[in-house]
Amino acid sequence: MSASATVTAGERSAEPGRRSLVRRALRHPLVVTGGIIVLALAIVAVFGRWLAPFDPTGMDFSARFAAPSLTHPFGTDDFGRDVFSRVLYGAAVSFKVAFIAVGISGTVGVLLGLAAGFLAGWVDEVIMRVMDVLFAFPAVLLAITIMAILGRGVGNAMVAIAIVYVPIFARVTRGAVISVRGREYVTAARALGQGRWRIMLRHVLPNALGPIIVQTSLSLAFAILAEAALSFFGLGTQPPEPSWGRMLSEGRSFLQQAPWMGIFPGLAIMASVLGFNLLGDGLRDVLDPRASR
Amino acid sequence: MSLRYLLQRLGTLLLVLFGVSVLTFSIIPLVPGSPARVTLGVQATDASVAALEHNMGLDRPLPAQYWSWLTGIVLHGDFGDSLISGKPITGQVARRLPATLVLAFAALLIGLLIALPSGIVSALRPGGARDLGVSVLSQIGVSIPDFWLGILLILVFAQALHWLPSNGYAPPSEGLGAYLKHIILPASTAGVISGSIMARFVRSAMLEVLGNDYVRTARAKGLGAGRVIAKHVLRNAAITVVTIIGLQMATLLSSIVVVEIIFAWPGLGSMALNATLQRDYPVLQASVLLFATSFAVINLLTDLSYVLLDPSVEYA
Repeated sequence: MSASATVTAGERSAEPGRRSLVRRALRHPLVVTGGIIVLALAIVAVFGRWLAPFDPTGMDFSARFAAPSLTHPFGTDDFGRDVFSRVLYGAAVSFKVAFIAVGISGTVGVLLGLAAGFLAGWVDEVIMRVMDVLFAFPAVLLAITIMAILGRGVGNAMVAIAIVYVPIFARVTRGAVISVRGREYVTAARALGQGRWRIMLRHVLPNALGPIIVQTSLSLAFAILAEAALSFFGLGTQPPEPSWGRMLSEGRSFLQQAPWMGIFPGLAIMASVLGFNLLGDGLRDVLDPRASR
Repeated sequence: MSLRYLLQRLGTLLLVLFGVSVLTFSIIPLVPGSPARVTLGVQATDASVAALEHNMGLDRPLPAQYWSWLTGIVLHGDFGDSLISGKPITGQVARRLPATLVLAFAALLIGLLIALPSGIVSALRPGGARDLGVSVLSQIGVSIPDFWLGILLILVFAQALHWLPSNGYAPPSEGLGAYLKHIILPASTAGVISGSIMARFVRSAMLEVLGNDYVRTARAKGLGAGRVIAKHVLRNAAITVVTIIGLQMATLLSSIVVVEIIFAWPGLGSMALNATLQRDYPVLQASVLLFATSFAVINLLTDLSYVLLDPSVEYA
C-alpha cells in the first residue's frame, strides 16, 4: 500500500513537468516545423490512394515523358504513368517500411539496452559486445548483406533496416538507463522488493524515455533513406509497386529526357527525412537538453 | 595513456574483429541454396553440384570451414575465388581498394573544407544570420539522400554543363587532369553530406571552447578576435575535430558504398552490390570484411587519439 502511494506521489509530482514539456515542445520552432512536414506526409501516406488523380501503375503510351503540366503536375514516366500519383502512393510504402522497421528495432533495441544498463555485469558485456560487432558494419553495407541472405523484397528490407538500427537503440537506451538507475525511486522500489523487470519497465524506462523518443524520430528519417536506397539498388520494393527509391532508379536512365522522373521522388524522400530530422533535433532540445548541440 | 588501457582497447578490438569475421563468414551458410549452384547454373545436376561442393570444402563442418577461410585471409591474404569468374578475389580487392581509399580521402577533404569554415563562422556569432544560414544548409545536407544528390550533380555538371564526366574512373596513368575530373563528382557527393554533419560538430566544439575561462581572459587582456581564435580556440577545438573525423567515418563509409554504385566507381562498395545482385557471396564477404575491419580500426584510433590529445579524458 505504501509502495503504491510513494509511486503515485512521484508520478503526480512529475505531471506538471510533463505538461510543461509538451507546451515547450509545441513552442519549439524545430518541433513545429518538423511536425508539420511529418504530419503532412503522414496524411499523404494514409490518404494518398484517394488523393491520387491517376492509377499509379496505369500505363498510357500516348503520354510518355510528358513534362509537368496541370494534368500531370510532376509529369509522366517512360510508361506514361503519372509521377504525381506514384509519388503519393510511394509515401505509403516509405512510411509503412519506416514505421515497421523502426518499431521492430526500437522494441528489440530498447529491451536489450534496458537489460544491459540495468542488469549490468556480464549481461551488459555480452549484449554490448554483440552491438559493437553490428556497429562495425557501415549501415548501408550491413543492410545490403542482410538482403543478400534474406532475398529481395519489401518485407525483407524492413527486417534488414530493423537489424541495422537495433544497436543504436540499445546504446541510447543503455546510456539513459545508467543515468537513472541510481535514482532514489529505483532504490526505493528495490528496497520494497519489486521484481527486476517490473522496476525496469515501470520505473526506469519511463524516466529514460526522452533520448529514446529523440532516437525514434531520427531513426525514422534514416529508415526512409535506407528503404529508398535499397529500392534504388533493386533490392527493396519490387516493380510495379511505386516506391520513391525505385522511381529514382528508373528515372536515372532518363535524366536528360525527363529530369522530373528523378527530381520529384528525390524531393519527397528529402522532405520526409528533413521532417523527421527536424522533429528529432527539436525534441532533443526539449527532452534531452544535455545531449543537444 | 596507460598500457593497461591500450591493452584493454586492443582486446576489445580483437573481440569485435572476431565477431565481424564470424558474421561475415556466416553469409554463405545462411544464404538459401548452394554457392556451387551459383557457379554451375540452375540446370546443373545434383551430382555435379555435390561434387563441386566437395571440391570447395562446403561439405566439411562449419568450424573447420571458418578456420580455413579465416587463416587463408589472415595468413595468406587469400579471400577465395569468385563464384562467377572463378578468379581469385584477392586480385580484384587489390585493384579496387586503392580506388575506395582515394575516394574516401577526397570526400573527407571536401567534407572538412565545408565543415571547418562554416562551423567556425556560425560559432562566432551564435544565433546570428550566418549561424542560421549554416544551420539551414547543414540540415538540408544531412537530409538529402546521397544517391539523389549524386544524380542531381550528374544532371547539372555532366549532362547540362558537360564540365565533368558522369561516371567511371580514370587511372592516374591517363593523366592527372582526367583522374581528378573523374573524382570530383563522387567525392563531392559524399563530402557534402559528411561536411554538413561535421559542420554541426565543429560549431559545438568551437562554442564549448569559446565559453572557457582562458578565452575570456585572453579577450579581457585585449587580444584581438583573430588572435584569440587562432591561438586559443582553434588549437583546443582541434582535439574535438579529430574525434569528429573518426565518428564521421561511419557515415562517410556508408556514403562511399552508395556513391561508388551511383558513379560506377570501381571500388569495394560497388563490388559488394554487384556481388549481391550476382549472388557472388565470397566477393561480398571480402568487401564486407574489409569495410568492417577498417571501420573497427578507425574507431580504436579515434578513441586512442582522443585520450592522447586530451590528457584530462578519463580512460575507464
